[in-house]
Amino acid sequence: MIDIKYVAKLARLALSDEEIELYGKQLGDLLAHVNELAKLDTQDVPATAQVVESRNVERPDEITPCLDRETALSQAPQREGAFFRVPRIIAEP
Amino acid sequence: MTAQTTYEAVIGIECHVELKTRSKMFCGCANEFGGEPNTKVCPVCLALPGALPVANKEAIEHMVLAGLAFGATIPEFSKFDRKNYFYPDMPKNYQISQYDMPLTLGGKVRYWTEDGTLKECRLTRIHLEEDTGKSIHAGGGDGRIAGSAYSLIDFNRAGVPLMECVSEPELRSAQEAVGYLEALKRTFVQLGISDVKMEEGSLRCDANVSIRPAGSHELGTKTEIKNMNSFRSVLRAIESEIERQVEILESGGRIVQETRGWDETQGVTHSMRSKEEAHDYRYFPDPDLVPLEIDRRLLDRLKASITELPPERFERYHRRYGLEAKQATQLIDNLPLAQYFDAVAEAGCAPQLVSNFVLGDLSRLANETGTAVASSAVTPAHLAELIGLVESQTINSKIAKELVERMWQGHGSPKAIVEREGLAQTSDAAAIERFVDEVLAQNEKAVADYRAGKTNILGFLTGQVMKASRGRANPSVVNELLKKRLS
Amino acid sequence: MNDLTRLSGSEIAREVGSKRVSACEIVEATLGRIDAVDDRLGCYLTRLHESARAVAQRVDQRIAAGESLPLAGVPLAIKDNMCLTGTRTTAGSKILEHWIAPYTATAVQRVIDAGAIPVGKANLDEFAMGSSCENSALGVTRNPYDPKRVPGGSSGGSAAAVGANLAAIGLGSDTGGSIREPAAFCNVVGFKPTYGRVSRYGLIAFASSLDQIGPLARTVADTALVYDVMAGHDPYDSTSIDRPVEKTAKALRADLKGVRIGIVQEFVTEKLGAEIDALYKRAYSELEGLGAELVPVSLPSADFGVATYYLIAPAECSSNLARFDGVRYGLRVDGADVGEMYEKTRAAGFGPEVKRRILIGTYALSSGYYDAYYVKAQKARTKFAQDFARAFERCDLIAAPSASSPAFEFNAKSDPYSMYMMDYYTIPMSLAGLPALSIPCGYAGSPALPMGLQLAAPLFEEAKLLGAAHAYEQATQYATKVPVAV
Repeated sequence: MIDIKYVAKLARLALSDEEIELYGKQLGDLLAHVNELAKLDTQDVPATAQVVESRNVERPDEITPCLDRETALSQAPQREGAFFRVPRIIAEP
Repeated sequence: MTAQTTYEAVIGIECHVELKTRSKMFCGCANEFGGEPNTKVCPVCLALPGALPVANKEAIEHMVLAGLAFGATIPEFSKFDRKNYFYPDMPKNYQISQYDMPLTLGGKVRYWTEDGTLKECRLTRIHLEEDTGKSIHAGGGDGRIAGSAYSLIDFNRAGVPLMECVSEPELRSAQEAVGYLEALKRTFVQLGISDVKMEEGSLRCDANVSIRPAGSHELGTKTEIKNMNSFRSVLRAIESEIERQVEILESGGRIVQETRGWDETQGVTHSMRSKEEAHDYRYFPDPDLVPLEIDRRLLDRLKASITELPPERFERYHRRYGLEAKQATQLIDNLPLAQYFDAVAEAGCAPQLVSNFVLGDLSRLANETGTAVASSAVTPAHLAELIGLVESQTINSKIAKELVERMWQGHGSPKAIVEREGLAQTSDAAAIERFVDEVLAQNEKAVADYRAGKTNILGFLTGQVMKASRGRANPSVVNELLKKRLS
Repeated sequence: MNDLTRLSGSEIAREVGSKRVSACEIVEATLGRIDAVDDRLGCYLTRLHESARAVAQRVDQRIAAGESLPLAGVPLAIKDNMCLTGTRTTAGSKILEHWIAPYTATAVQRVIDAGAIPVGKANLDEFAMGSSCENSALGVTRNPYDPKRVPGGSSGGSAAAVGANLAAIGLGSDTGGSIREPAAFCNVVGFKPTYGRVSRYGLIAFASSLDQIGPLARTVADTALVYDVMAGHDPYDSTSIDRPVEKTAKALRADLKGVRIGIVQEFVTEKLGAEIDALYKRAYSELEGLGAELVPVSLPSADFGVATYYLIAPAECSSNLARFDGVRYGLRVDGADVGEMYEKTRAAGFGPEVKRRILIGTYALSSGYYDAYYVKAQKARTKFAQDFARAFERCDLIAAPSASSPAFEFNAKSDPYSMYMMDYYTIPMSLAGLPALSIPCGYAGSPALPMGLQLAAPLFEEAKLLGAAHAYEQATQYATKVPVAV
């Protein structure tokens, strides 16, 4: 059973009691379907992260133009001078 | 209180070092310290919807260089993973990092302590990641998180390439920890892959500290120390933490595994335990980036570019040349000066003499004039020539000092100056005798005193003769002659 | 010319290129039709009348200056999860309702550079998560064949706009079927290229390893034209493929002689009811009639597609959507501290389907479940690639349904899993990264609702795929048999 409250905390989603119940049930149903995957034999099968194999896609170490500051800050929900402003931070990461 | 048991500290260091590149890790914004807030940002490092990362080739090569310098294994395959957690100065709310396939694995850092002992500490890994932005905690008065009312964020640093170096817990004292960090710093600076300026935050480190009874092989409970902003604070913080742990154990207490912050002003560590936060980073391979494959040719090219590294240089200076650890370190910490030193020493001069000149007169002149020794008018060849003159006793050390000044001013070859100005030391008794006569005539009282038994006045008289000869007279001949005349 | 909005993209480009019609005239006609019918259809979240007129003028100037533009004057619908500088780009979400993009997606820029004229940002399921457009937080889009029904999703706005002549071409994005299913529902061609063929830079990410931008159009020729302009390496997208692109517009063919088409044995259309079963059987025999050889092939993992997809896509989305936090842009709901602000912002900004996927994805990646779910799904993904590789040893293309039913009525799928099953036929190709398209293949039900035939090809075989689709289209012309109701 999914601990919806714990997962919601990790995902930073506030959920109401009704949502916890609803999503708990829906995700439980979905997991029941997903658990069918156990029947697929994947022994000795490598994992695929990307379907098209490619390697070493890199860019040269060159400077390209930045956004101008006003554009960067223009969408901020709250700003103070040249900074983005956020409510108080409780603790270091 | 006297400790019943002798304790041994077990220390591991995790440090983050910003790589020196022109642009950031995954976008083309400038990688520069400081600047007006939020002026070095773009859709990628501001994590705008739809923006995608592309890895900086130079940063990857820097990592490989670092690995090679420490004799690490460079796996053929490597990849980037996402480390998921929310923090306001981390724009994507995940950090692109490396989890189970870092660019370098293992290796060891050779370092030395103040007394010149060479030691080594194994590395667990070095991996590549991106830095976060910076938060300024406001409204609380002292700029700290605790008690702040809100925070202001500057994303200029967000996305700067960062390498995380993780050591094995093989350091046994605060001094060793600092020696280790200094060796990392020297190596990175020499490789040109980081400026390693702690004051600018380009090196940040945490220490894991535990203690155990000396001789024991079990590990004690460790604490993680954060907020150490200079090598000096690393030294003090670890010493203070070891002391704290010893006191706890001595009084029958138990160490609590926790994160502790170093308080520079009070000189103690404080518990940083905050409200219980779930930490589950949910690492998974970043689907926006492709794996890295380090080929042999790149390895060979980078390997070939690495010159003698600080520990080897230290070994040469200290063990082979016999320089004091402090002198050797001073040279190593100024690479152009060390190279200058090498050029003179390789010309066949006695290393100790070279070191005295380079770290003495030349460094003083460099400080006074603001010109580096290596770019001054005193070429290594000229200094070698000068030292040759001293070694052959053509000039004495006093003249040599004068000559250094003249050479610094651009007067060219010391041999030429000596010849032009007749500065060569003389041992010709007849010539010296004239000066002796002159001095004895002018210092009747001293002569009388000497004869009355105050023999230590001989030094004064010798000095006077040297002065009269403008330093050219061979001091031992002067000494002999004076003794003869006064007896 | 009587109704300029009925012209195909190729026709418009030809007329505008030869100066018989101006881009301005074309755009006015399209804007007029948008004003006339889009209040009822709701294809667009943002109409771009002003900028469209300005862009049309520039296109006319470029044509006058002698430039040759493959998409000269072609009205374009852009799914609103693609950035366009200076325009609102919402992803159909409250969290981005007022966000103005300061840059343009590479694919969008390429199409504009080729002369296309964006006339609107089209509706979609929030963050492209859905199969009906009902998950949009910002508007309802109706099916032009029956306004009581959904247009499909998630690229429903683009599909409906192209189907209803509110644009000649559209851009969509497909993660598990989000171009192909709405194309089928709206009677247009919808094409998902090989993963990595078209840059994702500027496409608001849903599931990075699956997302792919592709065209929607009323003809295969238009589809090829748009694809040819968009495809190719982009240095801003590490996953974009750096290898030459074959021009598909030159590969369009008239028959299917010598083409082996695989029919997937696990895709049992009898389950879809007699009418639909008959419709697909007819489509397969039409392919045969054009000279194709039908060969049975097997995708043994087919039944595990939905489960695999609903682990991988939510896992990636849970991380991709973490950036919507109320700090730098978008919605913010205040809180006593930053953590509370995050939780309230995201609770208010995301709709239920997005929340469900974030939750399941977070769970699948969390400590203790990662191997059982995420790694298992990645291994399953390998099985799909292997299944297709074996199938393509026996055939050149695969034919399959695009969806298991025609467009359904609003609120018909209240259970999330039944909605997920809509993508049963499209997900396997997505997991394997294959190029696949949906092409109109007839009508079912009453009123007559369009159905789509899905064709898929091996990686990078876009030319072969579009070539064959063109042959089928020319021979059948299903798209034109029933006009739109609106």
